Amino acid sequence: MSYPPELKSLIRFVEKTRPQRVERARRGESYPALTLAERQDRLTRFHPDYRAEAKRALSVGSNKGDRLPIELADLLESHSRLDLDEVRLDRVDVDTDVLIIGAGGAGTAAALEAVQAGASVTVATKLRHGDANTVMAEGGIQGATAEADSPCYHYIDAMGGGHFSNAPDLVEALVKDAPVAIEWLERLGVLFDKYPDGRMKVRHGGGTSRKRLHSCGDMTGAEIMRVLRDEARNRPGIRMLEFTPALELLLDERGQCAGAVLLNLETRELYIVRAKAVILSTGGLGRLHIQGFPCTNHYGATADGLVMAYRAGIKTCFLDSTQFHPTGAIYPEQNAGLLITEKVRGLGAHLLNRSGEEFLFALEPRDVASACIIRECSEQGLGVATPAGRSGVWLDSPMIELLHGEGTVRRELGAKYLQFQRFGIDISREPMLVYPTLHYQNGGLVIGVNGETSIPGLLAAGEVSGGVHGKNRLMGNSLLDIVVFGRRAGLAAAAYAREAGAPKALSLDHVRSFERELTEAGISDGKVGPMLLPNYAPEHIRARRVAMHVP
Amino acid sequence: MSNDNDSNGSKNKEKLIPVQIMGRLYDVPESLTIMKAVEYAGYQYVRGCGCRGGICGACGTFYRLPGDYQLMTGLACQTVVQPGMMIMQLPYVPANRPNYDVEAFDGNGVAGANGALHESVRRLFPEVYRCVGCATCSRTCPMGIDVMDYVALIGRGELAKAADLSFSCVMCGLCAIRCPAEISQHTAAMYVRRLAGRYLTPKAEHLTRRVAEVQAGRFDGKLAQLKAMKRDELTSLYTNREREPDLSEPGQWKPKDAAWL
Ligand SMILES: Cc1cc2nc3c(=O)[nH]c(=O)nc-3n(C[C@H](O)[C@H](O)[C@H](O)COP(=O)(O)OP(=O)(O)OC[C@H]3O[C@@H](n4cnc5c(N)ncnc54)[C@H](O)[C@@H]3O)c2cc1C
Ligand code: FES
Repeated sequence: MSYPPELKSLIRFVEKTRPQRVERARRGESYPALTLAERQDRLTRFHPDYRAEAKRALSVGSNKGDRLPIELADLLESHSRLDLDEVRLDRVDVDTDVLIIGAGGAGTAAALEAVQAGASVTVATKLRHGDANTVMAEGGIQGATAEADSPCYHYIDAMGGGHFSNAPDLVEALVKDAPVAIEWLERLGVLFDKYPDGRMKVRHGGGTSRKRLHSCGDMTGAEIMRVLRDEARNRPGIRMLEFTPALELLLDERGQCAGAVLLNLETRELYIVRAKAVILSTGGLGRLHIQGFPCTNHYGATADGLVMAYRAGIKTCFLDSTQFHPTGAIYPEQNAGLLITEKVRGLGAHLLNRSGEEFLFALEPRDVASACIIRECSEQGLGVATPAGRSGVWLDSPMIELLHGEGTVRRELGAKYLQFQRFGIDISREPMLVYPTLHYQNGGLVIGVNGETSIPGLLAAGEVSGGVHGKNRLMGNSLLDIVVFGRRAGLAAAAYAREAGAPKALSLDHVRSFERELTEAGISDGKVGPMLLPNYAPEHIRARRVAMHVP
Repeated sequence: MSNDNDSNGSKNKEKLIPVQIMGRLYDVPESLTIMKAVEYAGYQYVRGCGCRGGICGACGTFYRLPGDYQLMTGLACQTVVQPGMMIMQLPYVPANRPNYDVEAFDGNGVAGANGALHESVRRLFPEVYRCVGCATCSRTCPMGIDVMDYVALIGRGELAKAADLSFSCVMCGLCAIRCPAEISQHTAAMYVRRLAGRYLTPKAEHLTRRVAEVQAGRFDGKLAQLKAMKRDELTSLYTNREREPDLSEPGQWKPKDAAWL
């Protein structure tokens, strides 16, 4: 397929400015970073989060009045999928110490710690074990492990990246546990990129003051996920239920969390799980396609955990800010939305407009970089148009070969190289076309340093939780988040399960009272949640489905 | 990763081509991947769809093209449809995977351990030695990995090399389904990579030191200080912080300001 002639001719502008840009990069010079005031200007005028008409106020629940993206607000105010009069809670199918909902990185790390601490563990997950956002992380995991770095600089960077809105206790836990978490992974056999003497290779990510990003090729998340999954499979104490998402949490007579109602996606059976402690680790919301943006997330990223927890009265934070990754592919069309890891810019690639000129410091924090790209393609009118009608900017990957030597792109970005080579584009010779894409749920459920929520016995970890990253997450802090807080939650849940007695009466009363609130607020549109799976059937198919009752 | 919800592309005008999804004929836009074509036809995935980005291995697919006897393989989310394509996606791959304890060996991070490690691979995955050298696995691999080569390396006990060669495996299991010697290549390689990560790669000493420092509480006071800081003060620290040069030598760079080290 390769690039059509009109794009090829535009690539010439990129090639023309490249030698000087590489020279400047070699001298350690970069495009000037924006001041804090300029950042604010770009964000308010161009970042999708700041579009008032794309949000609405919640009318029920513990965040009543908060303005959230409409797609999310609709789901948080959706009705239960359960027929509350029909569900039988006296027939318990699984009894367990700890129930973990969602088997991505956070859930699996939690399972390993909980079982190690002596708890019996049941994990319910929607797709296969590890079909998750975790497996998709490419760039790396942060941790202040090098001599010139310290958890303090990591703290400063994370707070600044989050515009100082992060919860300080959570950030402290994150940065202090980081070296411990990375060593834990090393011990489990994760193949980190290392020098021959064992020193970790580290790089910059957007908004870091020290080179602190540890990686496993460009498959960091995949490597971490497959190792954690492999280890979980070695542990007979972990019972894994795949294709079995949770539909609702269960509370008990004391108001503590006591299990969940699960659905076998294939037989449509409901299972009742009674647990002494429950960890929610259901990940993010990319598949809600907020404001119609394409997304980088896996198929199951549909905000289910938020929906279930909101019904139980858990407060959320920072869900008004969603992370748009500045560099989603827009060409070829088959790759649209596909993440181009920040590592590409970490390795020195510039972002360039239609004239082949730089217009921002490539490693600005993600929200700022996204806003700058949107500005370049709108107000500045310097975007590059694709044949399918998208608009974007160049990401000059061939620079990497000049800066770090021939073959670096294939070695360091092997998976990405292959994804483009399939369509006849050699990214070590030709730049990529990119535009911001919906990437990460910055906020989530309010948690404490061990993942605890306001309901005893209910914990949360990973992307479903909020506060660690405030309004904006830095690259590499999320893989770290899931390992650090996944492990903490696993340990805390096991400890809680030891102390707390077994729940007696299971109850869905919290869902009933939430339904009452919905009725009182006049919400009766029949929308149900959690979403579980996105529906990508085209209009003409949906139109033919209407004349039938689907049980 | 676009789809009908999130594409601003020109799907309506696009040419439709016929494909057979498990034997039933559908017309789908010619630029779609198999995964999006299946959804375009009206299916909603439960199995066979994970990351939608070519890395989770959930969507291993077999297909044939008209007039061609060959059985082809690909990842549904990465392979573009072709006219007349006959498509079958794998919902599940049964694989041989014994349990093991990767902590069972001495000598964390030293290369000398290879003998004992090799012995354990032989014990756990004896079928690796049944390889008949047909190279079907290598031809099958949607990631373009030379699977047969790493199987041979495992057989010879060159575990670090096998780990390296199999690194980009997405564990779709297509190789194991096709293997006439009934090897589960991907699970054997998983074990070998973990051994390589733990025993055949030197440990990062700076990491071990840093963990000891953290555990001794070396940063506790300073972090408490940062946490207590007023927003302006922290903002000024942030804006004035020194940035390590991109091309600094590993472990060599000395910051001017060491106040928070
Ligand atoms: C393309 C991409 C690249 C990224 N790159 C990086 C990076 O380089 N560095 C970094 O630090 N971070 C990165 N991230 C972010 C990071 O990978 C994720 O935020 C993190 O892995 C989330 O982990 P998690 O365990 O919380 O959620 P996930 O890994 O998404 O796991 C959640 C699991 O819960 C399941 N689930 C959902 N709903 C239910 C339900 N109702 N019942 C049961 N199970 C359910 C899901 O199917 C999934 O398996 C990236 C993310 C993406 C998408
Ligand atoms: S869906 Fe993950 S590889 Fe295709």
